[in-house]
Amino acid sequence: MKIHEYQAKELLRKFNVPTLFGRVVYTTEEAGRIAYNEFETQGRDIVVVKAQVFAGGRGKGIVYDLETNQPVTLFDKEVRGVNVVTGDNLADKVYQYSVKMLGKKLVTVQTGQAGTIIRKLLLEEGVSIQKEYYAGIVLDRTVGQNVIMVSTEGGVEIEKVAEETPEKILKEWVNPAIGFQAYQARRLAFGLGLQGEAFKNFVFFITQLVKAYEELDCSLLEINPLVLTSEGKMIALDAKMNFDDNALYRHPEYAELRDISEEDPLEVEASKYDLNYIKLDGNVGCMVNGAGLAMATMDLIQLCGGMPANFLDVGGGANVERIANAFKIMISDPNVKAVLINIFGGIVRCDKVANGIVEALKSVEVKVPVIVRLDGTNAEEGLNILQNSNLQFHVAKTFEEAAKKVTEVVSSLQDH
Amino acid sequence: MSILVNKKTKAIVQGITGSEGTFHTAQMLEYGTKIVGGVTPGKGGINYKGSDSFPFPKEVPIFNSVRDAVELLKPEATVIFVPPHLAADAILEAIEAEIKLIVTITEGIPTKDMLKVYSALKSSKSRMIGPNCPGIITPGECKLGIIPGFIHNPGTVGVVSRSGTLTYEAVKQITDVGLGQSTCIGIGGDPIIGTTFVDVIELFNKDKKTEIIMMIGEIGGTAEEEAAEYIKKYVRKPVVAFIAGRTAPPGRRMGHAGAIISGGKGTAKEKIQALESAGVTVVESPADIGKTILEVYNKRINKKKVEN
Repeated sequence: MKIHEYQAKELLRKFNVPTLFGRVVYTTEEAGRIAYNEFETQGRDIVVVKAQVFAGGRGKGIVYDLETNQPVTLFDKEVRGVNVVTGDNLADKVYQYSVKMLGKKLVTVQTGQAGTIIRKLLLEEGVSIQKEYYAGIVLDRTVGQNVIMVSTEGGVEIEKVAEETPEKILKEWVNPAIGFQAYQARRLAFGLGLQGEAFKNFVFFITQLVKAYEELDCSLLEINPLVLTSEGKMIALDAKMNFDDNALYRHPEYAELRDISEEDPLEVEASKYDLNYIKLDGNVGCMVNGAGLAMATMDLIQLCGGMPANFLDVGGGANVERIANAFKIMISDPNVKAVLINIFGGIVRCDKVANGIVEALKSVEVKVPVIVRLDGTNAEEGLNILQNSNLQFHVAKTFEEAAKKVTEVVSSLQDH
Repeated sequence: MSILVNKKTKAIVQGITGSEGTFHTAQMLEYGTKIVGGVTPGKGGINYKGSDSFPFPKEVPIFNSVRDAVELLKPEATVIFVPPHLAADAILEAIEAEIKLIVTITEGIPTKDMLKVYSALKSSKSRMIGPNCPGIITPGECKLGIIPGFIHNPGTVGVVSRSGTLTYEAVKQITDVGLGQSTCIGIGGDPIIGTTFVDVIELFNKDKKTEIIMMIGEIGGTAEEEAAEYIKKYVRKPVVAFIAGRTAPPGRRMGHAGAIISGGKGTAKEKIQALESAGVTVVESPADIGKTILEVYNKRINKKKVEN
């Protein structure tokens, strides 16, 4: 699960991780008012206006108008995902930026040209930066331990640093039985070349960051940049925090942090039924039991000349209702021009699944060809149910046969 | 021959009286697996015969703790069907009781819990398969977990996979072309797992009965690349691989907690390249697994005949 920067910072403050004063706003009116009451009249002479979207690369990202599809400008400059506002009439300028950002589209290297709509802004005070660093915590799967990574190359994409100058990334692993130790924090601080106040502040910062990561059940926590201010303070200027989906049950309060406006509506709908659905750009919908087989089915669709429209794993406990819901969600994607249902009955019985499919097709109008492949437990019974249903299916008994049928259907789509 | 489990393997089931535990214990017993006892804290002392819908072919004694069960029954293996929030505790209990093989079926164990478990495993006498896996089967002899038995056939192909149903798919294709499996292991779809591709490939490589190794990987992590390195160095038996997820988008978790391309790493392309450069036959279409295995098998057998 992903959360926004402003939410991550609120959580980090609870662990005394230093952040800047900031307020999230949802409307232009709020932006102007808060900029006036809490910044301009409080002696804060810089306001950084930051788009709150899940995509990275906001600083360089460009804001587009939805109607004209042209970049938005203000004060003779292109409006970015992050804008620094200074000088007189601060609140008024912040207001103007909010008008140019809220409800507009932000295009960054991570969003692609489709972009993402800006629905909220973080107004944050400015700070005088001496140097930018990187700090991140993530699971290192190869050793089964969390790894703390820091670098002097802050503010840039860490993947790029890892690729080009891996020696500039310093790492410390956390032994889960012992925990993160002070000497490890010091080793990182020495490695970054820090001294005096900055050294002490970094050691505190990173220790608290590890604590937050562990207690919050994070799967990723990235501070990029982590800045050293002119006064020697260490502050999280940005924060990216993801949670371990398997640990969400331990944190019922995270439900409030979820922002469904950042998710695909069909994915939100699927999550209500506890279905594993991911929308993709292709035209062949697929419904499969099991994640590995679902991925393999997507790959097969591509090999047959089509493109998968989604990932959909109906899981092991595929009952009639579940199949029906899954089918409805998959088919409500307007891009879907054909459907492949691929079920391998292991624990799940194919006749049960067949009943689900027949039920689902009774309650939804399906105008696209549906290829069904059933194999494994009770496959024959399942196929009989489908064939006796008076509904139009292309039935395949093996994966290979399914592949052939998909190729036929896909090529007939392209002919039209 | 086979690896890790055979017809002599005695196993217990942790979480045996739960619905999943009951259903699958019935299936394991019917397959002929020696399930000699079960553990459900608080229900120790009874003999359990399954539920009305899933009756066991014979009664199984229940214990309050793994240690109690181990003292009396001396099992070589345990199968864990405990819900995710209690699973780490169940695994640690099995480790403490020094059970040699722990098969954890449970899906959805928090990573933080698994870090602890993994650290305990490393300094223990136990090997764990899983979590979030279908288990292990030596056809005709023993099945621990939820793999459907009937699609298997005793044979010479060693199967190792990160998936569930995709494994069954591959197994059935292998069976359908007239071959069989020495042992089939689902190692699980989580980012932290007890037994890796390398571990299983090492065992298959040493196993006299295994002629070919079939490996089913997927996007996320670098386990396939590590396997490729190992194969290049040590394995002379033919290896056939399929990697699922070439069409998976980056940054999205594809069902399995471990199946995610992050920071540009863990793509199917990288894995396929690594495996091919290690001399592994990589199957492009998941529909061609059986066919490819048969080709590779025939080549190996012919080569062996020539050598003899």
